[in-house]
Amino acid sequence: MTRSAPGPSRNLPQYGALAAVLLANWLLFPDFFSIRLQDGRLFGSLIDVLNRGAPVALLAIGMTMVIATRGVDLSVGAVMAISGAVAATLTQAGWGLAPVLAAALGAGLLCGLWNGLLVAVLRIQPIVATLILMVAGRGIAQLVTEGQIVTFTSPGLAFIGSGSFLTVPMPVVITAVLLGVTALLVRTTALGLMIEAVGVNRLSSAGAGVNTPVVLVAVYVWCGLCAAVAGLVVAADIRGADANNAGLWLELDAILAVVVGGTSLLGGRFGLLLSVVGALTIQAMNTGILLSGFKPEFNLIVKAGVLMVVLLLQSPTLTLFLPRPGPRPVRPPTPPRGKPESPSPSAGA
Amino acid sequence: MTDPTPTASPPLLAVRGLSKAFLGVQALDGVDFTVRHGEIHALLGENGAGKSTLIKTLTGVYQRDAGTVALEGRPIAPRGVEEAQRLHIGTVYQEVNLLPNLSVAENLFLGRQPMRFGMRFGLVDRGAMRRRARAVLIPYGLSLDVTAPLGRFSVATQQIVAIARAVDMSAKVLILDEPTASLDAQEVAVLFKVMRTLRSRGIGIVFVTHFLDQVYALCDRITVLRNGRLVGERRTVELPRLDLVAMMLGRELEAAAHRIAPPDDEREEDARPPLVRFRGYGKARSVEPFDLDIRPGEVVGLAGLLGSGRTETARLVFGMDRADRGEAMVDGQAVRLRGPRDAIRLGFGFCPEDRKKEGIVGALSVRENIILALQARQGWLRPIPRRRQEEIADRFIRLLDIRTPHAEQPIQLLSGGNQQKALLARWLATEPRLLILDEPTRGIDVGAHAEIIRLIERLCADGMALLVVSSELEEIVAYSRRVVVLRDRRHVAELRGGEVAVDRIVAAIASESVPVEPRP
Repeated sequence: MTRSAPGPSRNLPQYGALAAVLLANWLLFPDFFSIRLQDGRLFGSLIDVLNRGAPVALLAIGMTMVIATRGVDLSVGAVMAISGAVAATLTQAGWGLAPVLAAALGAGLLCGLWNGLLVAVLRIQPIVATLILMVAGRGIAQLVTEGQIVTFTSPGLAFIGSGSFLTVPMPVVITAVLLGVTALLVRTTALGLMIEAVGVNRLSSAGAGVNTPVVLVAVYVWCGLCAAVAGLVVAADIRGADANNAGLWLELDAILAVVVGGTSLLGGRFGLLLSVVGALTIQAMNTGILLSGFKPEFNLIVKAGVLMVVLLLQSPTLTLFLPRPGPRPVRPPTPPRGKPESPSPSAGA
Repeated sequence: MTDPTPTASPPLLAVRGLSKAFLGVQALDGVDFTVRHGEIHALLGENGAGKSTLIKTLTGVYQRDAGTVALEGRPIAPRGVEEAQRLHIGTVYQEVNLLPNLSVAENLFLGRQPMRFGMRFGLVDRGAMRRRARAVLIPYGLSLDVTAPLGRFSVATQQIVAIARAVDMSAKVLILDEPTASLDAQEVAVLFKVMRTLRSRGIGIVFVTHFLDQVYALCDRITVLRNGRLVGERRTVELPRLDLVAMMLGRELEAAAHRIAPPDDEREEDARPPLVRFRGYGKARSVEPFDLDIRPGEVVGLAGLLGSGRTETARLVFGMDRADRGEAMVDGQAVRLRGPRDAIRLGFGFCPEDRKKEGIVGALSVRENIILALQARQGWLRPIPRRRQEEIADRFIRLLDIRTPHAEQPIQLLSGGNQQKALLARWLATEPRLLILDEPTRGIDVGAHAEIIRLIERLCADGMALLVVSSELEEIVAYSRRVVVLRDRRHVAELRGGEVAVDRIVAAIASESVPVEPRP
């Protein structure tokens, strides 16, 4: 809940975890870091981690801000399916690339708007509000594809999934651009502050004049957009849309990436880059286990173990046992009414 | 109101020398409290008087440190609400402690359902439960569908069901903790009828309330607590309102403080156009319609007992709650206050009573907390540059002497007084025209207390208008040019100039009014 003074040491667990996983991969496969250029595109295990990690990283960018407002968006996986279905179906119907992209992203925005209105205006708990679209979204995607797996051959759309720009695979480029745009949007405006304020204390923020409904709708809309981009990347990669399986369970990976990145589910401070680092950590683990030849069953258990360690390092209970620089707030048990203020320590100047 | 003749038999409930401390703070200190058969006994006191602690100790939520409790002469020591219930002490809280999603009948018989085929492992006899539920509610004049979920009914009905449950479980002492706080006049009348019926059946009712009119309409005796101590027990008919208020507030009326600020020429004051003007402004179940003018450079105090509508008035003025009647004007122009954003646009600021819940944004830094309102008013597209934010924060940290190691400290790590000053800074940064302060000195140490009062005086000298709610009457008298006195959710008096004095405020709080009951 509390964050001590800002500094590089604060984010050590997140970067440390990624470094440790990459190091472990390197120890297991000495050529893990080797990258080669072939046909104007980079190849190698590390590139693979970035490329395969892109969809979850994209989801994590939007999810970070939703979680920072003390919410959660369970529908992102379903929104991926919708956006993929829209893109594939329209492409098959002969639409051009630009209108296809616009329609797919527009579908994502609409989904986000729906979630945002449920949370901000109707004040439904985010986990329940987004559960509706999580369930209904796959149905919508199936309606769009008419229950088929729709495939397409448009080279333009396929480029998004498997092309490269300046030797870098497109999914990685798209993730980097979306990360940059999002960071610019929230950090060069006052949006970031407002998102954090709403997440920490919605009542206080509203009392200070923050337009809390607009902030909430905005983060869910953006999250829907990010999910739509992720859906496009996945559909473009496999050159088809599978309404049943596209993005299945990825909402959980995205939430995990955000949490591993150090953004608390209780809302407040968030780090976009850190969430992407979290997503890459998860992907690096997946890739490592895959390369190691372990049975896939181990994958989940090893993943759980590593995540456990990362989360333990961030646990407020555990950090109580570690030396800390500042005083920490003390919560008195059963405060009776009308007593003097709890002895919150005011560090002397 | 018949007072049972004193007999040799022990009183229904006798509490003697009850003490309870929390973390070194004495919440109850040697309190005596007696409830007799067939009486309604008001338990009164301001914030922190110890009413809640006394009730919770009686019902076994807290364990007493010292003292004795005897029910009809038999010493008891309940270790929980359930045990207290078995010992014939029933409690009904303001927030009804029943289960809204269960039916009325299930709520009435929860944990003691009529069973078929054996008490322990049998089946609930629903038919019997429904029949008994209807029978139980008849004496209360409630004829309703006992199979409907309790939550569908009004709070008043829920409360009566809770009372019926407690009485049916053979309660001899019934504790009602602010049962009327969220009821309207008609519902209050129904509840009072039930209470009178129970009294005539010999049940002793402990009635906690903030409404003095209700005390005088209903209660036989009054016990007043203050700061965890017993101030006294009186028969209602022998205790004038003025004396009661004096007992609650704890002051000698003769030695009442008079205003410190020199009275200005009031005719000139009144000639100036008001900054804000409210006419017939109010909200059902919150505050009765009131008129209020506030002029630039003026401090208006809102005085009254807890629950009198002080905070509700302040919240209406800031748009935190939406008025459902009356009109508001700023600079003579009609305005609508649909929310804090409207109020802020008009140049209002509001420091709420509950700083932690509605004021500070705990995990954010002092700097971010200070610039939040200014930034929110500018909109998210026009961010205040970081350098400028730091300048503003540092200026107010210096100006208000906010004690923090640096502006980046999370505000939740500051002491209450410094949090309050940071909240003041948040609004001062917006250069407000009207600042509303709800209990600005609550829970603040003496030093910061004096600083905040000096600050209020300085702001007012600078031409800012202030509306201040405080339960510290001396404080209100010290800085207010006018004082609006509230009682039972109504503005009952406005004191100005030489009238602003503690004894006048106390007299206004205690003044008689039309009884609340017979109102259509």
